[in-house]
Amino acid sequence: MAERSTMPLIEVANLGVRLNTSRGPAQAVRGVSFALKRGETLGLVGESGCGKSVTAMSLMGLLPDSAVVTGSIKLDGSELAGLADADYCRLRGNRISMIFQEPMTALNPMHTIGHQVAEPLRRHKNFSASQARKEAIALLDRVGLPDPAKRIDAYPHQFSGGQRQRVTIAMALACEPDLLIADEPTTALDVTIQGQILDLIADLVEERGMSMILISHDLGVIAENVQRMMVMYGGTVVESGPTDEVFRRMGHPYTQGLFRARPKLGARKGTRLTTIAGTVPELADLPAGCTFSERCPLVIDRCRTALPPMVEVGAGHGVRCVRTDVSMAANVGALSA
Amino acid sequence: MSVFVLRRVLTLLATLVGASLIIFLVLDALPGNAAQMLMGADASPDAVRALTVKLGLDQPLAVRYLQWIKGLLVGDLGNSYVYGTPVASLIAERLVLTIPLAIMAMSITVTLALSAGIYTAANHNKLGDVGVMSLTQVGIALPNFWFAILLVLLFSVRLQWLSAGGFAGWEDGIWLGGKSLLLPAISLAVVQAAILARVTRSAVLEVLREDFVRTARAKGLGKREVLWRHVLRNAMIPVMTVMGLQFANLLAGTIVIENVFYLPGLGRLIFQSIANRDLIVVRNCVMLLATMVVIVNFVVDVLYAFIDPRIKVHDL
Repeated sequence: MAERSTMPLIEVANLGVRLNTSRGPAQAVRGVSFALKRGETLGLVGESGCGKSVTAMSLMGLLPDSAVVTGSIKLDGSELAGLADADYCRLRGNRISMIFQEPMTALNPMHTIGHQVAEPLRRHKNFSASQARKEAIALLDRVGLPDPAKRIDAYPHQFSGGQRQRVTIAMALACEPDLLIADEPTTALDVTIQGQILDLIADLVEERGMSMILISHDLGVIAENVQRMMVMYGGTVVESGPTDEVFRRMGHPYTQGLFRARPKLGARKGTRLTTIAGTVPELADLPAGCTFSERCPLVIDRCRTALPPMVEVGAGHGVRCVRTDVSMAANVGALSA
Repeated sequence: MSVFVLRRVLTLLATLVGASLIIFLVLDALPGNAAQMLMGADASPDAVRALTVKLGLDQPLAVRYLQWIKGLLVGDLGNSYVYGTPVASLIAERLVLTIPLAIMAMSITVTLALSAGIYTAANHNKLGDVGVMSLTQVGIALPNFWFAILLVLLFSVRLQWLSAGGFAGWEDGIWLGGKSLLLPAISLAVVQAAILARVTRSAVLEVLREDFVRTARAKGLGKREVLWRHVLRNAMIPVMTVMGLQFANLLAGTIVIENVFYLPGLGRLIFQSIANRDLIVVRNCVMLLATMVVIVNFVVDVLYAFIDPRIKVHDL
């Protein structure tokens, strides 16, 4: 299987997703392309509504029926876009798994956690009930749920948020997937728990050689947990590259804005947080040209005419901006810190 | 669990005491004297008074209430003013009809409503959903006695499949008795089923939007499996609540429907007893109906705890 090791595990080319919203059809994602090898980790960062979750859901094949997907999503070379739901069901929870944002609501309140963790095993691996139960206990133990043999028959409401997120992680890992998609896995958790959960995910990714797509609005989470990152805005990727490289020298005015807007510990009381002027545009009425043009401090007429092309500014570091000469002169990123 | 049930039992008893008070007071306040009714308008005042005393109607309100409750507890419901026979046996022979009728009607309601509700939710906004939902709209708008007459016209007069009324009894087999209750049960069920179908649909749709449905799909379950394994049990709580309430409507409906179909059931007994001012029968029948409704809702409450693991803990 020499071919398999060189071929990307997942390859997304020119992905576009059109959703029907209450305000009419909206291009939620456009022109998203990336490839991920086995064991590689990729971060998707951006504000809510930027298209990162829609991108994830299109990889899972779980967009609403009315959504129109264009472009290509390949898993080990075979096309997933347009795959029949029955075929997709064989991949979900088996080769591609997902962890969601809200552990409080992501579990079925009527079923025991043991049943829920065992479900993918019974489905994909044809485990018997007792086999699946044994494996579920082992999985719950691995994700650090205390006393799993005793608590396997408990219901979700009997666990804390952090413990429930451990349960959903066990569920996602049950069939040893090739790709794990973690959509804001720590956003709903207490700060003290966030680190534990992220460390757990990182350990598991390394231990099992999985690829991971980590979605977050938090630059700090992205910086510490993934090898490569993509910054999304208005449904497009505005900057992408190796995480270290992007953080060293941020190229897109939006990435720079996000970076400047992060709250800093130790700042003097009363210091106002830096914000990005304006609001996130509705996907139904994105501006023509660069999606960020309406909020960009560096905007010129050219930005409003057509979507700027990806400009290579470093090794594997691309920025979708026509003004990188100006933006990158500011040296925003770790270089400035 | 036991604390949960105990609390519900106490609520049930309190409700029954309240219901008995209301029933007793309301019927007592009704104009018309049973003794006068029984003896006719021409009876001499002395004779009416004598009968009043004989029936115990001259006793103070509280004494009569307590006597009634005492009787209820030992199963002695007194004698009918009109028939002179024990009320208990009068009711018992009517229940043989009304209980199977109610069970049949409720089964038809639940079967129709759940299948229509689940089908429409699974096909949300598609042609089948719109079609079935329009039908339920019609079902809700139908008065059940009028629908009963239509059924008689079609199945009894035109097609001659079923009799237009009367009860064949159970002596000649379940089939004959059941057959004579089929049209009444359908007439009772249709309106209830239409309402319950809409409740089921919206309950299922609401659960389908929950995050755990997406989780289940992300595990690789197909849409249908998610519906049966994850959605329905969650959707059952509001559906069962409405079912419990509908049981009361259904019993009330028997009073009209048994009259339309000339069925000698409890509903018809109540109707006739009201007409005859046979208040002792009315009082006990209404108390029985109230008890049945309260018990059904008690069962629904306990079932919640079986369906939803969260309820036990909250109430313990």
